Amino acid sequence: MILSVQNVVKAYGDYKAVNHVSLDVQKGSVFGMLGPNGAGKTSLIRMITTITAPDSGAIFLDGHKLHSRSPEQIGYMPEERGLYKKMKVGEQLLYLGQLKGLTKAQAQQEIDRWFEKFEIKDWWDKKVEDLSKGMQQKIQFIATVLHKPKLLILDEPFTGLDPINTTLIKDEIGQLNAAGTSIIFSTHRMEQVEEMCDHIVLINKGKNVLYGEVQAIKNEYKQNLFRVETAGEQPIDLPERFEVVKTEKNARTFKLKEEDQSNELLHLYLQKGARITRFEEILPTFNEIFIQRVAETGE
Amino acid sequence: MSKLSLIIRREYLTRVRKKSFIIGTLLAPVGLLVYMLVIIGLSSYQGNDEIKVAVLDEAKMVNPLPDEKGIRFIPSGNKTLDALKTEVTEKKLDGVLRIPPLGNFQQKDHTIFYYSDEKLAPEKSNQIEKRIAEKIKAFKMDSLQLDAARLKLLESDVSIDPEGINSDQEDDQSKYSAGVGLAVGGIMTFLLFFMVLMYGQMVLKSVMEEKTNRIVEVMMSSVQPFDLMMGKIIGAGLVGLTQVVAWVVLSGAVSFIVPLVMGFDTSQMQAPMTAGDAAMDPQLMQDTGMRIMAELSKQNWPLLIGSFIIYFLGGYFIYSSMFAAIGSAMGDDTGEGQSLTLPATLPLILAFYIVSMAGWRNPDSSLMVFASIFPLFSPIAMPFRLAFNPPWWQVVLSLALVIATAVFFVWLAGRIYRVGILMYGKKVTLKEMWKWTFYKG
Repeated sequence: MILSVQNVVKAYGDYKAVNHVSLDVQKGSVFGMLGPNGAGKTSLIRMITTITAPDSGAIFLDGHKLHSRSPEQIGYMPEERGLYKKMKVGEQLLYLGQLKGLTKAQAQQEIDRWFEKFEIKDWWDKKVEDLSKGMQQKIQFIATVLHKPKLLILDEPFTGLDPINTTLIKDEIGQLNAAGTSIIFSTHRMEQVEEMCDHIVLINKGKNVLYGEVQAIKNEYKQNLFRVETAGEQPIDLPERFEVVKTEKNARTFKLKEEDQSNELLHLYLQKGARITRFEEILPTFNEIFIQRVAETGE
Repeated sequence: MSKLSLIIRREYLTRVRKKSFIIGTLLAPVGLLVYMLVIIGLSSYQGNDEIKVAVLDEAKMVNPLPDEKGIRFIPSGNKTLDALKTEVTEKKLDGVLRIPPLGNFQQKDHTIFYYSDEKLAPEKSNQIEKRIAEKIKAFKMDSLQLDAARLKLLESDVSIDPEGINSDQEDDQSKYSAGVGLAVGGIMTFLLFFMVLMYGQMVLKSVMEEKTNRIVEVMMSSVQPFDLMMGKIIGAGLVGLTQVVAWVVLSGAVSFIVPLVMGFDTSQMQAPMTAGDAAMDPQLMQDTGMRIMAELSKQNWPLLIGSFIIYFLGGYFIYSSMFAAIGSAMGDDTGEGQSLTLPATLPLILAFYIVSMAGWRNPDSSLMVFASIFPLFSPIAMPFRLAFNPPWWQVVLSLALVIATAVFFVWLAGRIYRVGILMYGKKVTLKEMWKWTFYKG
C-alpha cells in the first residue's frame, strides 16, 4: 500500500470540503480520483501532499504517517501550474529539485537525463517566459518527477495540453508506472483517464460515493448492452425479447435481460446471414456511473 | 542546505542580479554626483547678465554706490529723471533707481523707486534694498553724529548652552548638539521610512507574483508555507541591506573623489547660503565646521548604527510580514489590493508625519515619547530620538516591544499567508483574513 487515507475530514469554516473519506492506493497502481469540479478532490490532494493538514483522520504514505519529509516522496502536478517566469529553465529545475531533497549533483544528473530524453539540451539557459506553452508543460512535468517520487499525483493533467504533449506525457507516465511509480490521476474529465486506471474513487460533495476496482465497478453497473455492427443492412424481424435501445444506420444496440443471451443474439445474426463487422459489450462510462450513483444516493 | 536557506538564496540572488537593482544601486550615487556637480555649478555661477542702473539720489544720501555682483551703479550726475528714462528706452541703461529724501528720521519704512520695463530679478532687488538700507543707516548715524564703533558695542549675540544637572551626565551639549542631532535623527528616520516601505512593497509584489504565476502550489508541495514566506521576507531584507551598504560605500567614495577631481573645497558649498551674512568671517565659519564635526564625533555611533539595524529589522519584519499576508490574500487583480495595503501603510506614514511635525520641534515631547515606544511607530520614531539621549528605560522598552511585535506579526502573517496563498477567485476582506488565523493546520 503506497497510500492510505483513513476517515479524513477537512472543513473550511462551516463548509466541509472533505467529509470522512477513506481510500487505499496499492503500490504500482494507477488510481483515478474522479468527481465534478468542487467535489473536494483538490482539498484531499492538498492534505496528501502535506500542504494542509486534516481536521481529523489520518493519512499514511508507504506505511508511515505523513511527516515533514513525506513531500520528498511525492511528485505533485497541481491543476494550477506555474513556474518562475523570469528564471532560467536549468536554474529553476535545480532549485525545485533541491527543495525536494535532492543534492545539487543529483538534481543536475536527473535534469541532464530528462533533457536528453526530451531532446531539449539547449534549453538550460532559456527563460521560462520565452518558452511556448507546450515547452513550459514539459518543464513542469520534469519538475514534478525529477526527484523520482514513489507516488505521482497529477491534478487535471491533460487540461491545456496539445495532443502531441498529451501523448508524450501519457507515455512517460506509463513508463514511470511500469518502473514502479504509483500514480493518482485527479480529474473531472472522467473519460480522459478511465482507460488508464485500475482503481478509482468517485468523490462528490466531499464524500466518497464509489470506490473500487475499475472492472468490478463497470461489471456491477453494466446493463447488458450489446452493440452489433454489420456491413450493409441490419437484419429485420428479430424476436421481441431482444430489446433495441438504439438504432444507427449499420448498427443496433440491444439491452439483454441476461448476460448470456449475447451468444444467442450473435447466433441469430449469423443465421440471418448478416456480415458482422463488430460485436461488443457496451460498458457504462464513469460519467454515467457517476450520474447513476449520485441519483441513487440522492445527493 | 536547508529548504529555508535555499529559498532565501534564490530570493536574494534573483533580485540582486536584476538589472533594475544594479542600475538603481549604481545610479543613486551617480545621482548624488550629478546633484553635487549642479550645486557646485550653481554656486560658482557668476551671472553674466550684469545690469546698469542709474542712481538718482535726490537727497544725496547714498552716492557713491560701489558696484555689486551683477549690478553696476551709475551716478545720475545732473540728468533729470525724464532724461534717464529716455536712456533706458534707448537701451543705454537697464533701469533708473530714484531715492527720494527721507521725511523725518523716526520714519522706519522708506520707499525707493525703480524705473524700467524689464522686471528686476528678486535676487537683485534684495541686493539693492540691502545696500541702500546700509547706506541710509550710515547717513542717519552721520546726521545724528553717532559713533559707529560705539554703536557696535550695543549688539550682543545670545545663545543658550544646555547644561546637565546630574553630575554623571557630562557636559557634552552645545548650541550645535540640537542641530546635529536633528540632522542625524532626520536622516535615519528618512532612510528607515523609505527602506521599510520600499522593501515591504517588494515582498508584497513578489508574493502576489508567485500567486498569480500559480507557482505557489508547486512550491507548497515541497516546502512549508511559513518557510516560503520567511525565505521571501529574509531574502528581500538582505537585498535591502546590500543596497544600503552599497550606497553608503559608493556615496562615500563619490563625495570623497569629486572634490579631489574638481579641485573644489566642499566647505565652499555653504557659501551661497551664507553669502548674505557679510559679518560671517572665515575664521568663524571654520570654527562652526569644526564644532559640527566635533558634535558628530561625539555621537555614539556604535549605538546609533546598532540600533538603526535593530529598528530596521524590527520595522521591516513588522511591515513586510503585513505586506506578505496582504499579498497572499489578494487575487489576480492588482487593483483590488489597494484597499488592503492602505491599513498597512498608514501607521508607517503616520509615524513619519509625527517625526517630521512634532519631532523637529521637540524630540522629547510626550507625543514623540509615545511614538518612540508604540511598536508600529517606534522603528521610525525612536532612531530619531536616539541622537538626543533619551532615558535608557524608554529605549529598552521600545526595543523589547518592537522585537515582540515583530515576532507576533510574523506569526500572524504566517497564519494568514498559508490560507490566502491557495485561495483563488475570491475577494477577501480584512475580517476574513482575521478568521483565517484561527484555521487549523
